[in-house]
Amino acid sequence: MQFYSRRKKLIGNSQTEQLYGHCLQFYGQPPIENISLSEFETFAVDRLKLLKTVENLGVSYVKTSEQYTKKLDVEFSNLNFPYKIEADDRKPQTGPSEYEKRRKDHISHFILRLAYCQTEDLRRWFIQQEIDLFRYRFKDLPSKNITEFLQYNNLHYHTISVDEKTNLMEKLIKSSFAVSGSTVDCQDFYKVPFQDALDLVRTRKVYLKGGYVYIPHQDVVTIILNDFRTRLSKALALTARSLPAVQSDERLQPLLNHLSHAYVGQDYSIQKSIGKISLEQIDPLSAKSYPLCMRQLHRGLRDSHHLRHGGRMQYGLFLKGIGLTLDQALQFWRSEFVKGKVDADKFDKAYAYSIRHMFGKEGKRTDYTPYSCMKVILSNPPSQGDQHGCPFRHSDPELLKQKLQSYKVSPSGISQILELVKGMHYQLACQKYFELTHSIEDSGFSLNHPNQYFMESQKLLGGPGAGVKVEVKREDNPATKPPHQTSGPGNLPQEVAAEITEDLDSFFQDA
Amino acid sequence: MNHNVGCQPPINPTEEEEGNSGLLSEFRARSNVRQRTAGTFSYQHFRLNLYICITSEMTSADYDQASLPDLLPLYYHRLFPFSQYHRWLNYGGVTKNYFQNREFSFTLKDDIYVRYQSFSTQNELEKEMQKMNPYKIDIGAVYSHRPNQHNTVKSGSFQALEKELVFDIDMTDYDDVRSCCSGADICPKCWTLMTIAIRVLDRALRYDFGFQHCLWVYSGRRGVHCWVCDEAARKLSVAARSAVAEYLSLVKGGEETVRKVVLSDPIHPFITESLTVVERYFPQYALLGQDILGSKEAVDKVLALLPEDVRKKLLQYFQTERNPEMRWKTLKSMAQDKRTTAKKGHYFEMEIMLQYCYPRLDVNVSKGVNHLLKSPFSVHPKTGRISVPIDLKELDRFDPFDVPTISLICKELDQPKTEKEQEDTMENENEKEAGEQRKRRDYKRTSLAKYVKLFDKFLEGMAHSRKGELLKNSDLQKNF
Repeated sequence: MQFYSRRKKLIGNSQTEQLYGHCLQFYGQPPIENISLSEFETFAVDRLKLLKTVENLGVSYVKTSEQYTKKLDVEFSNLNFPYKIEADDRKPQTGPSEYEKRRKDHISHFILRLAYCQTEDLRRWFIQQEIDLFRYRFKDLPSKNITEFLQYNNLHYHTISVDEKTNLMEKLIKSSFAVSGSTVDCQDFYKVPFQDALDLVRTRKVYLKGGYVYIPHQDVVTIILNDFRTRLSKALALTARSLPAVQSDERLQPLLNHLSHAYVGQDYSIQKSIGKISLEQIDPLSAKSYPLCMRQLHRGLRDSHHLRHGGRMQYGLFLKGIGLTLDQALQFWRSEFVKGKVDADKFDKAYAYSIRHMFGKEGKRTDYTPYSCMKVILSNPPSQGDQHGCPFRHSDPELLKQKLQSYKVSPSGISQILELVKGMHYQLACQKYFELTHSIEDSGFSLNHPNQYFMESQKLLGGPGAGVKVEVKREDNPATKPPHQTSGPGNLPQEVAAEITEDLDSFFQDA
Repeated sequence: MNHNVGCQPPINPTEEEEGNSGLLSEFRARSNVRQRTAGTFSYQHFRLNLYICITSEMTSADYDQASLPDLLPLYYHRLFPFSQYHRWLNYGGVTKNYFQNREFSFTLKDDIYVRYQSFSTQNELEKEMQKMNPYKIDIGAVYSHRPNQHNTVKSGSFQALEKELVFDIDMTDYDDVRSCCSGADICPKCWTLMTIAIRVLDRALRYDFGFQHCLWVYSGRRGVHCWVCDEAARKLSVAARSAVAEYLSLVKGGEETVRKVVLSDPIHPFITESLTVVERYFPQYALLGQDILGSKEAVDKVLALLPEDVRKKLLQYFQTERNPEMRWKTLKSMAQDKRTTAKKGHYFEMEIMLQYCYPRLDVNVSKGVNHLLKSPFSVHPKTGRISVPIDLKELDRFDPFDVPTISLICKELDQPKTEKEQEDTMENENEKEAGEQRKRRDYKRTSLAKYVKLFDKFLEGMAHSRKGELLKNSDLQKNF
């Protein structure tokens, strides 16, 4: 007994040394140390920014292209994540050491697991980005490191010797269209138990002998990724089950909730364009510069002279964000509601209060921020009779198609949008809608917020709603078309960042 | 029991035909084999079938389904090899409760079907089976709990955990490509299909997948089953089983599909190996036995699988060439020619061979971990034949009509003992367990003996592997 426990302790020590012995991780073991709350938060937010970058780049560029890799490299170094195997502690470096970067990688992954395990949507998103991230990092690993990595993670994939390759040459070539004589010569082949490569076995696309498949290096990535996906999926399911215990910790619960809805860009609560929009302009603006969700809400309001609570919040805050003053807002809503079933008195009694609340003039006087796309997409899904939500997410694709047709979007444009919707890239679908309605090729920004949509549109059209006070460090002159680059996460100045953390609380509270 | 008894086939069939019609009709009535030659009676058929008639007469011993209620008790008391059966399903006792958590299902008299039967010991299994006298026995999966207590388990917790990987090859699946029989009927000619199936699949399971313990069993009527008993096989997931079955499937499509095998570059080594097996049997089985390039009807079916231009050329050529072997030779060389000239690979001669001979397996049988399959040594109620293991070393000589029926082996029990047996019994009479011993060795006096012996060898092989594994593991853990 003692002997056994002594052995265990020894392993424990070497494990911590070994823990970050490799640049790339399978995230098998959770971290077992204490960290401060602020480190907890920073790590989590940084990784989230990284994953969002992965998402955005992933749809804009082919995942193995040079542009993709370059841009992602930049993000990695900005956020202090480990990415290149050559970097080691011996090289003099400014900033965090390789060890610290790997530790951050490890811990941040597990924190985000907590935040993203709760619903199917969140899990899917998280797994997808983590896989893309893994693939990107695995791609450049030299062969020796791959073997190390496989061994370290108990993946029973061994490379076969050159002799064996020569012996099996004929069979290997005959087994797969993708394998030629030169493939066999220049690539490593891995011997993998057939249970780990079922798709290749099922379709007979690989050589099988003695229960092992022989896979060229180029294909072994797919196998490993599948393994990663399976492990992560299982882990998330397990995490979800133990979540109640974590959520009971008051310090963590708000942060974890925020993370899964987190929006880490501008919040459009401060506008230069206050009062620059007149009520008469709203109708034409709704057709020209509103994102689809707001156009739908506006249409709904005009048609039925009423909006339910969810719609009032989403649209009302948006209007605040584009520059309506409280008085304008009150006037706007009253004039519309009165056309319906609500008389002026009732309006003043019931609805005016909530509008003033939106502007921070009632109750605890929190000046609520307009909803970001994430918030609109993920929380409070609309039910029968509701007009709020994100049409790309919540509308039936047929209805969405009809709506776009009625807005005179071209058929090819509609099918592009529907494709993006099918791939669950709702914000990109909206971006495409922007490009089509403004007749431009490239929107030049990465859509995260309905008010951003409005502002960008106004900028393009030279309208009154274009001014923005919040300084965002842009690498380019707003006058020239900026290259397709995300404008958000990495470039936030200090004061806004601080505001965000403060606002996160109020940000997610409904009036 | 002497299979080569008398009755030589007549030399002048035409004259003797009438005289032997009595024998023929009797044979038809008994051994369930019909001839399907349209029009003229073929001499070849007669010879073959007469021989079978004699042998089956010897082995069937007047089997009648109505006598099952009398035969089954005898079978389960004195002949069923319980000791070997338990040894098999216990798998060396390596996993706790492996036998206890195994599901059995019984079909009783009057088609009463009971599932979720399970037993704690070999003795309990014996007693229960002797009590219930099942007409049919099926084996299911090893579950998380005792199947006979599954109702007491919290819903969702009762899960099928492991089971042998199984395959079921059924002759009816080949009806579109055999001309001698159809439906539940089989004859020595189409039985070759089973031989081919066993050879192809056994090779693949062994060399491609690395499985070492495959038990092939005659189903009792029209097909064969394979039980892959390796530990790795028993632990396979549904997805893995389905992948294995898909890998082994080359013939795809139902009634509405004409061309059921489609080959394209590159030809996977598995296909090449399987073709090597098929090619060994093809000339005798297909060209000669099934005569696929003989009658117009058969030829049309083959030609339907060919590209238009080849078909036209062959139709013309066939008008002058009648010999099936020559016809096939030409067809093959046309395929080879096309391969050298055309860009795409044309493998139609291989596709034809595979469509007519390659094993057709039911993926659904192999997929499910909880799928129930007929047990070895179970009786087939319709034919009375025992589901016996097949000796792969003597595969080409295996004759399904030679498989003992329950009525035969029960009859053999009644035979007077040989001298040797008398001596043995006298020696053991002093022991308390004499009665038991006699009972246990009774199958040895019947035609069942050699099949139980075969089963024993199979179990030995598995025990040997288990020992090897244990040694390996203990070496790894440095247990001394």
